[in-house]
Amino acid sequence: MTDSKSPLELEVAALIVQALNLEITPQEIDPAEPLYHEGLGLDSIDMLELSLAISKAYGFQLKSDAPDNASIFSSLQSLTRHIEKSRVK
Amino acid sequence: MPSIQLFAPRNNSQPVAWCHSGPVSPNEFLHAVGQMAERLPERRFIFNLCADRYHFLVTFCAAMLRRQTNLLPPNHAERTLAQLHAAHPDAYAVSDQPMNVAGLEMLPYPALASNGVAHGEIPAIAAEHIAAIAFTSGSTGQPMPHPKSWGSLATEAALTASRLELQAGLHFLGTVPPQHMYGLGSTLMLPLHNGGVIHAGQPLFPADIRLALEALPAPRVLVTTPLHLRICLEQQLEFPPLALILSAAAPLSLELAQQAEAAFDAPLMEIYGSTETGTIATRRTSHGENWESLAGVHFSHGENGLTRVEGGHIQTHVELQDVIEATTDNSHFRLAGRAADMLNIAGKRASLGDLNLQLNIIPGVRDGVFFAPDEEPGKAVRLSALVVAPELSEQQIIAALRQAIDPAFLPRPLYKVDELPRNATGKLPREALRELLAGLNTKHPS
Repeated sequence: MTDSKSPLELEVAALIVQALNLEITPQEIDPAEPLYHEGLGLDSIDMLELSLAISKAYGFQLKSDAPDNASIFSSLQSLTRHIEKSRVK
Repeated sequence: MPSIQLFAPRNNSQPVAWCHSGPVSPNEFLHAVGQMAERLPERRFIFNLCADRYHFLVTFCAAMLRRQTNLLPPNHAERTLAQLHAAHPDAYAVSDQPMNVAGLEMLPYPALASNGVAHGEIPAIAAEHIAAIAFTSGSTGQPMPHPKSWGSLATEAALTASRLELQAGLHFLGTVPPQHMYGLGSTLMLPLHNGGVIHAGQPLFPADIRLALEALPAPRVLVTTPLHLRICLEQQLEFPPLALILSAAAPLSLELAQQAEAAFDAPLMEIYGSTETGTIATRRTSHGENWESLAGVHFSHGENGLTRVEGGHIQTHVELQDVIEATTDNSHFRLAGRAADMLNIAGKRASLGDLNLQLNIIPGVRDGVFFAPDEEPGKAVRLSALVVAPELSEQQIIAALRQAIDPAFLPRPLYKVDELPRNATGKLPREALRELLAGLNTKHPS
């Protein structure tokens, strides 16, 4: 992996790996790759578990009917941007 | 021949559905179904891929008016659709999402004119018309068809409603897709045939579920799963009070059932069923572990030791993958575990033996085994795998498995080991696997 991650991206990657019990290291998540279906291959059950971990860590509730929902999970980068914008802790 | 109307007659002021724009009257609904039916090409099979529950419903009914059969794929993966298309070459698809499957004619869900002009009679469909074919996905990904007649769907809705003592005018919100038998039965057929109102959405996150419930008038019914309930409760949001919660698709613990009843201020009824049979039985989980089968549904012993279920809305006898222990009468029973080596993850079924076969035929894999942890209610089970394959990387093995099995069964984690803890007879004792995995999990903290 050549891309370097921001500290928050690395933190969110670690959260994903830990919450979903993935068999990869946080460093191995490509920040530009889709999280859902292709790429990491996560399903809606994973999204639900991830939403819980995110609300515990960052204090806000994910909503899937937000207009930018599809883009939130389009990559680690976009999820991190969304967390940066919405976090209350 | 008997025929059954698309929905139970109701006053035009009582909506059929509840969309983003608000309530949809019976006349508006019939107008939409009529327009949609005129647009469908002349075929036998239609993939109903609509994600919006109202779009799905309009398409479902329009297809029946044209004597077509709705195909309900277990997932929307391109590979699954391609397999089903090969088995139903005449099929086309209707979808409200951008989607592309090579060689499959895709009709986008159209914008339909909305007006409430009075329609005459509610159209009726022949009871024996095959309204839908549901599919179960095996571990090898080859979907198995389960045809559903319009009559059996309507009978199931009537039997379930009478068991649950449903009143007319309930507003149903579902977190499960309409293409799943539980979703089709409980979020569409139940309200359709019993004067209920169908919410068009399928909220995923707790905050979405709360918003959708708040937008619906009381009395409200939430049709969901133990996983959604657990996450909703852990988020500790305030939910509007419900009239009823329905849960299915995975085991629910007594504790979770009690917490959900308190948080939503409503009784929770758990539904036991399968894609092959639809609903078989119900129970109020907080009041005891025994299930009560729907009226007319009964069990017998099959020749192979499996329990057979038949009667009621079930058209043929079906063999169950669960062990049924009848109590004093033939209508109450308890579930005593799963037969053989069947797994159920995220509503998908596979046999462990089949998964192990898929793992061991990967070139370069010398020995390998899947391990299913004990089920924790409200948690999705994920499998682990131990593999002896000196020349392959973990990623290569996962990539090969991805080609062969449904993603729900992909191992998390997969460990490469030097050898499997086979005993003198070559068997793999569960306890030895558990110990080996526990050691590996501590070495590689996730």
